[in-house]
Amino acid sequence: MNSMSSDKEQFSVQKLIAEKKKNGAKKRTEKIVPFILLMTAIVSVLTTLGILFTLLFETFTFFRHVSLIEFLTNDTWYPFSDPGEYGILPLISGTLRVTGIAILVAVPIGLSAAIYLSEFAKDRVRRIIKPILEVLGGIPTIVYGFFALTFVTPLLKNFIPSLEIFNALSPGIVMGIMITPTIASLSEDAMSAVPNSIRQGSLALGATKFETAIKVVLPAAASGIIASIVLGISRAIGETMIVSIAGGSTPNLSLDVTRSIQTMTAYIVQVAQGDAGYGTTIYYSIYAVGFTLFLFTLVMNLLATWISRRIREEY
Amino acid sequence: MTFTVEKKREEAVKETQGKREKNVVYKTKELNLWYGETHALKNINLDIYENEITAIIGPSGCGKSTYIKTLNRMVELVPGVKTSGEILYRGRNIFDKDFEVEELRTRVGMVFQNPNPFPKSIYDNVAYGPRIHGIKDKKILDQIVEKSLRGAAIWDEVKDRLHENAYGLSGGQQQRLCIARCLAIEPDVILMDEPTSALDPISTLKVEELVQELKKDYSIIIVTHNMQQAARISDKTAFFLNGEVIEYDDTDKIFSTPSDKRTEDYITGRFG
Repeated sequence: MNSMSSDKEQFSVQKLIAEKKKNGAKKRTEKIVPFILLMTAIVSVLTTLGILFTLLFETFTFFRHVSLIEFLTNDTWYPFSDPGEYGILPLISGTLRVTGIAILVAVPIGLSAAIYLSEFAKDRVRRIIKPILEVLGGIPTIVYGFFALTFVTPLLKNFIPSLEIFNALSPGIVMGIMITPTIASLSEDAMSAVPNSIRQGSLALGATKFETAIKVVLPAAASGIIASIVLGISRAIGETMIVSIAGGSTPNLSLDVTRSIQTMTAYIVQVAQGDAGYGTTIYYSIYAVGFTLFLFTLVMNLLATWISRRIREEY
Repeated sequence: MTFTVEKKREEAVKETQGKREKNVVYKTKELNLWYGETHALKNINLDIYENEITAIIGPSGCGKSTYIKTLNRMVELVPGVKTSGEILYRGRNIFDKDFEVEELRTRVGMVFQNPNPFPKSIYDNVAYGPRIHGIKDKKILDQIVEKSLRGAAIWDEVKDRLHENAYGLSGGQQQRLCIARCLAIEPDVILMDEPTSALDPISTLKVEELVQELKKDYSIIIVTHNMQQAARISDKTAFFLNGEVIEYDDTDKIFSTPSDKRTEDYITGRFG
């Protein structure tokens, strides 16, 4: 007992701490670290601002060549004629058709998969299926593009003989398949986060598992589910490879999904790879299209925040 | 002589049992339950009577919560649960294949240890049960909601904010809302699994008063580790220990002259 306490005297922890404190290394680190972290944060903010600035600057240049009214109201996008026609609507319509089809495919499948995984699947099944779903989300989009062109399109042609080789339907469906794992996985996360006690409350009232999933778990997880769908939509709007390969390059303003189309992204690829010289109207037009694309995703994100705030059921 | 006396006594016993038989809500016969390898309930035989409050007491891990959750088969949500024996609810074995679990739970409501309102409005919480069972008429739902909230003694506190989120209520109010949600489908039996353990003393008192009020129309089975609570509100008390029913009798008898030494030790606070 005695020797213990004398040991304690010799190695007073408080004294040791005080000694360590004197050399002040810790204090310096504490001061420097936040500064370094701030710098990295600023770098990413500045990069974003830089991109936005370039985009805006070149877009303004474009609007010196083409009027905003023509850009927004002309129903033809044909920049390669002389003089070129620059109506963005056909490109928007192409993007929206493909995105719409993708959402029609991905939301029902993704949500059903999420409900199954979160509410019905046994633990073991979930642990096998979920990683596979997440791997699906990691397949390079060019693979999906070829899948659309060489597999899905011929397959669809059996049912729809009038289908053109390049069309909106096939890349739309494949894009839906591509974003399904995102929606399924994120929605499943949101639904799994709903406390079990709430499920039990519903089951104890004589509700079935499915009723509980639809009427209690789904609404409680709504904000996460909407976030997942919006992320899916954003990815579909910005998706480039699949539509470049399988969608075609014929901008047109219609609701027809069997014809060749062109999306905003596919147009940018086409021009960026082509030989449009620097300083030509066509060169600047890709910035205007890019900026429109940016606005779309921005609006999507704002919309998502607004919706999820309105219908959120907090727990 | 002795033979006839015994026979008479037997008959008398049978008669009184017969009288009670009419009022039995739950008859548990030789119930055993295992969580995997753990034998959690051992040979439970227990009759629970109509329009009474039956308290189930015992130390932690004695199986009292498991037992009450078996009565509406919520225990089956735990993976790896096995049961043997019978529980007759109004004469029907709840483990029978043709007794749907949803039907059982529609007749037998449950209030949980921690308030678990849905993340919906107060109104939608109460209307949830009727709605899933197909009642859609707005006027009828309005009436059900009001009646249930009054029944749970919370109407005056929430009548002006029926469409606000239930999570804005205090813990005690949430628990009474959960009771209202349970009353909304007018069950026959209400199971309460330590309904006041997460509440402050004033809320506890309110819930206790409410439970006694509800006795008129419902049969109530309440698990509690608060012995004073059992003594205050219940008609019958079952003492569980290590998965067995040690003693089951009128509450007055249990708390004044328990016949088992272990019951006495528990209620006098020697363990548990």
